[in-house]
This record gives sequence, C-alpha cells and structure tokens, in this order.
Amino acid sequence: MDYINAFWVGGLICALSQILLDRTKLMPGRVMVLLVCSGAILGALHIYQPIQDYAGAGASVPLAGFGNLLWKGVKEAVDKEGFIGIFLGGFKASAVGICAALVFGYLASLICEPKMKK
Amino acid sequence: MDRKKQQEAYENYVKQKTPVHNLPVNMTKAFITGGIICAIGQSVLNYCEKMGLDKDISGGWTSMILILLSVVLTALNIYPRIAKWGGAGALVPITGFANSVAAPAIEFQKEGQVMGIGCKIFTIAGPVILYGVFTSWVLGFLYWIGKIAGII
Repeated sequence: MDYINAFWVGGLICALSQILLDRTKLMPGRVMVLLVCSGAILGALHIYQPIQDYAGAGASVPLAGFGNLLWKGVKEAVDKEGFIGIFLGGFKASAVGICAALVFGYLASLICEPKMKK
Repeated sequence: MDRKKQQEAYENYVKQKTPVHNLPVNMTKAFITGGIICAIGQSVLNYCEKMGLDKDISGGWTSMILILLSVVLTALNIYPRIAKWGGAGALVPITGFANSVAAPAIEFQKEGQVMGIGCKIFTIAGPVILYGVFTSWVLGFLYWIGKIAGII
C-alpha cells in the first residue's frame, strides 16, 4: 500500500510541475527553486508533514520534500539551540543530499568524458 | 506586398518549428516517471526501516542512494533520455537535482578544476540551495520570534 501512495503522490507532484514547465515560461531551474521554497513554506504551515506521513517517499523524494527537510532542520535546531539554530539547522538537515550530489557529481566529472549532444 | 508575404511565410515557419506541447500526454509521462522514482525511494526507505534505522537516517539513506543512482545514470548518458521522456517527472525528484549537479560538472571539465567544474557544478544547485536555505532561514527567524513572543 505504501508503494501505491508513494507512486501517486510523487507522480502527482511531478505532473503538476509539468504544467508549470509547459504552460509558463519558467525554466527547469526556476521550477526546482520554486518547489524547494514552497516545500519549506508548506512545511512551516504544518501542511507538508501530514502529506509526507501519508505518502512516505512520494513526498520526501520530490524537491518540495527537500524544502520541508530544510524547514524541519531549522525548527528542530531553534527548539534545541535557540537563536543560533536558525543558522545551523538547514544545512545540517540537508547535508546528506547536498554532500552526496556534490561528491558523486565531482567523481563523475573525473571519470567521464563529456558526451557529444545528438 | 512582397514583404508581407515574406513575414507570413516566416511566421508559418516559426509555428512549424516550435515544438507542440501536448499537456495531458506530458503530464501522464511525468506522473509515471516521477511515480516510479518515488516508489524506488519508498523501497529503500522501507528496507532501512526494516533494518531498524530511525526515520531521519532512513531518509538520508534514501536520498543518498537515489542521488548515486542518478549520477551513475547521468554519467552513462541514460538520465538525459529519461528526462527527455519524463519531463518534470525526472526533474522534480531529488534525482533531477543530482543530475543538475553531475551533468554540468562532466560537461565543463575541460574548462578546468576551479572555473570549469567548480563553478559550473553549482549552475542549478546553487540557486536551489541558496533560495532553499534562505527561505528556511526566514521561516526559522519567524518561528524564533513567535517562540519568544509566546505565540507558538
């Protein structure tokens, strides 16, 4: 059952983003930024977490889940450390994603030759 | 008169060359692609939770494995094909983020370690990280004020 929930919620987020791509002049990069920011805001409004509890990876894998993760990290750090937590929490929570993307991306650039575009 | 005809011909040419978006078809493709990626993520998540890892660490493993998969597929030049078919379905999940990091790093390696790979690796990841961190900072600041004021 959790696979079905992850599939349709994740799919729905992607399908809605496709509307943005096709119907507006937003470039892919902007759509990604928009999703991360809206994920953080929806997280702060206590809307995103219930969706994530229902859909699991269907909500955490899309970039909106990355935004929610940033917000959750900041909130937890503020609860624990006070003011300095505002600066601490976001990067701490998103560290795995950012570090993995950078490290693997860099390793790939060492190993691979650029491909010609067809 | 001749000029008008020329303009008309040009407009027709542009119309012909502009790709026609079939939104329902593209949305279905995005739905399927995104859904499959999320279902793969769910399988990693379930496996980690079965191994007794806590929720945050399982989420970390899920992101890490999806990112690794995406970078490998990018390096093998397979991810661009998935993205071409799946559109937003391949762009929006964290795999799209990993692709946007790895692809320019590979493409611009000839321009050097610092100005090539080092700068270009952040072409899309930079804005995403900047605005994500900034948004969460502002929200965190508001949350902190709310806590001090005793509202939250």
